[in-house]
Amino acid sequence: MRKLTLAMAVALTGAAASAEEMKMAVTTSFHNSGLAEVLLPEIKKDTNIDVQLLVVGTGQAIKLGEAGDVDAVLVHAKAAEEQFVADGHGTHRREIMYNDFVIIGPKEDPAGITDAATAGDAFAAIAEAEAPFISRGDDSGTHKKELGLWSAAGFGAGAQGDWYKAVGAGMGAALNTAAGIDGYIMSDRASWLNFGNKGNLELLFSGDPLLFNQYAYLPVDPAKGDHIKSDLAEELEAWLTSARAKELIDGYTINGEQLFTFNAEMTDMSKAAE
Amino acid sequence: MSALLPMRASGVCVHRRGKRLIGPVDLVLDGQGITALIGPNGAGKSTLLKALHGLERLSAGRIDWACPQHEAQQMQAFVFQTPVMLRRSVLDNLMYPLRLARTPRAAARAAAAQWCARIGLEGMEGRLATVLSGGERQKLALARALITSPKLLFLDEPSASLDGSATREIEAILTLATGAGTRIVMATHDMGQARRLAREVVFLRRGEVHEAAPAATFFDAPATRAAAAFLAGDIVD
Amino acid sequence: MNDLLDGLTQAAWLVISLNPDLYEIAARSLRVTLAALVIACAIALPLSALLAVQRFRFRRATIAVLNALMGLPPVVVGLVVYVFLSRSGPLGVLGLLFTPTAMVIAQVIIIVPLIASIAHQSLRELWAEYHDLLISMNAGRAQRIATLLWDGRRALLTAALAGFGRGVGEVGAIMVVGGNIDHATRVMTTAIALETGKGNFALALGLGFVLIALSVMVNLAIHWLSRTETGGRW
Repeated sequence: MRKLTLAMAVALTGAAASAEEMKMAVTTSFHNSGLAEVLLPEIKKDTNIDVQLLVVGTGQAIKLGEAGDVDAVLVHAKAAEEQFVADGHGTHRREIMYNDFVIIGPKEDPAGITDAATAGDAFAAIAEAEAPFISRGDDSGTHKKELGLWSAAGFGAGAQGDWYKAVGAGMGAALNTAAGIDGYIMSDRASWLNFGNKGNLELLFSGDPLLFNQYAYLPVDPAKGDHIKSDLAEELEAWLTSARAKELIDGYTINGEQLFTFNAEMTDMSKAAE
Repeated sequence: MSALLPMRASGVCVHRRGKRLIGPVDLVLDGQGITALIGPNGAGKSTLLKALHGLERLSAGRIDWACPQHEAQQMQAFVFQTPVMLRRSVLDNLMYPLRLARTPRAAARAAAAQWCARIGLEGMEGRLATVLSGGERQKLALARALITSPKLLFLDEPSASLDGSATREIEAILTLATGAGTRIVMATHDMGQARRLAREVVFLRRGEVHEAAPAATFFDAPATRAAAAFLAGDIVD
Repeated sequence: MNDLLDGLTQAAWLVISLNPDLYEIAARSLRVTLAALVIACAIALPLSALLAVQRFRFRRATIAVLNALMGLPPVVVGLVVYVFLSRSGPLGVLGLLFTPTAMVIAQVIIIVPLIASIAHQSLRELWAEYHDLLISMNAGRAQRIATLLWDGRRALLTAALAGFGRGVGEVGAIMVVGGNIDHATRVMTTAIALETGKGNFALALGLGFVLIALSVMVNLAIHWLSRTETGGRW
């Protein structure tokens, strides 16, 4: 028995030493949430896959997948994701989890959005007050979501005017700008909670189902070449939709708040394990 | 090595920016000893030296040596009016021309050390050449020119702005060099130096050879009025 | 102002506590930039000497292009290198994208024009001084270049240090071609950008101070080495 344990330990350490690497493009908002730091070591432990993250905007993440420079993509922009699969760049789209967006603004709330009934009303109030609003303006998933909300609020393709400032930057940089000029901004909850430079800003509005933010996993089509590690991508997908992942994702909190909700369709086997 | 001299310059002209600096110059260089190139400021002494050495593009005329051009080039050396010091040690400066000619390092070092002693710079071998005094630089440049035993050495004002003792040392080296068979052509302002060293004199005026004669003849009885006036200390242009 | 103080404190703490992440990315920064520097010098220094001693048809044009390339926006270099190294690009088969090698390539492209330009400025002056002497001594082209490189080494060192400074502080290009992957291609500057993005100004500043200290140390070390070699006389 002892011999067997020893052999297993040797096998395990040997395997750990030659961990396999794969590259996955993820969005800035996912990375800023800090969830990656919880998941990656567990993935390594369970599957011996060293997932190297390329933290970029959704637009660039999709591009990296199209070029075959990464093995999988984890983003949150449904239309772009479906296009990605339809164009044959990815094998399929698998929903993993969602978090939600929140609307941030100065404590004083000059546009009075705290009492708004829906996200659309809140956006309309900001536009009416012409209060400064920071838009990511970088074609990211968050940016696309924000544009969708503006049109839901009846402002067509984005709002107009000096008060609407498209900064063309990541979530953190955009939050920095909002803090700097006391403006309103839409952010994913995780980025906001982890943000270190809140200044005069406060969470003013959240909870509208329209603000839910679905993350999906897209394995890159192995037809792009032998360098695509589709077997690892498959293994990672199985892990991301497992009971273990559900436990870690649902259990991740910042300041006592749950950030993500696991909603992947699990395979029968992992359900049974649960 | 084949013979370098006689050298024949015929119809040599140098122009710069449309202005004639020298020429046409006809000159024959042969025999032994030192030729002093004298003349008023702006007569073209430096330009003529450089043209003969091959540093100036000739706009007309030609210079013929007793051997092919590329061989001739290797048998000459030049010491500039303001000596160019390589940014290296005294010893490395002396070794430089030998190393260019692919002399083995040890042999080059030995020769350099010998010359260092000969010009009174022993103990300074490791010092950076650019911090030497004017006299030391001039001696170093001279030694660096002579270390390859050239058959012909051009000197441009070798003792301008040097004091008496430094001038004396330079002249002693030059005398030794001619004794060892180096032909010297030297531009100088110092008529005393020309009288002390020169075997023949070329008097240059307005870019042309105005008079050329053995030194004794020239200094005793110059053939031209301008040369006589120049020797008498009058202003000549 | 508070952020600055916090930053200094953070920097000191990171260094004193021997933070393993800090030492890892600092070492990677140094490795990438020094590798790029060595390669860039091997290209730029002989090129600058050649431009000084050799008259050829496109010499002026080459110098003008080098000077213009000095102001090349790093992010553009990064994009071009990305396009070449991408799996769908011409050099994709090499699989170099998102590796330290890709970062070295981008940095070489960025600092070669800088080093060549600065080096050429000083070698041109040196050549003006040496021209007549070296021609008189029949130095061949290779000998002229070697002489300029050796005798101009102090000025060339300055050029190399300028290249190092630009390389080690560069973020735009290596972000694009390196991808800022933790434990693989994350270096000081991309880590700073990341922390700034998270709003962790103090940590970002702390890393910045460490980067500055690193740069100063490399400069001092190289100057000290060159001083022992030349005896500090010039």
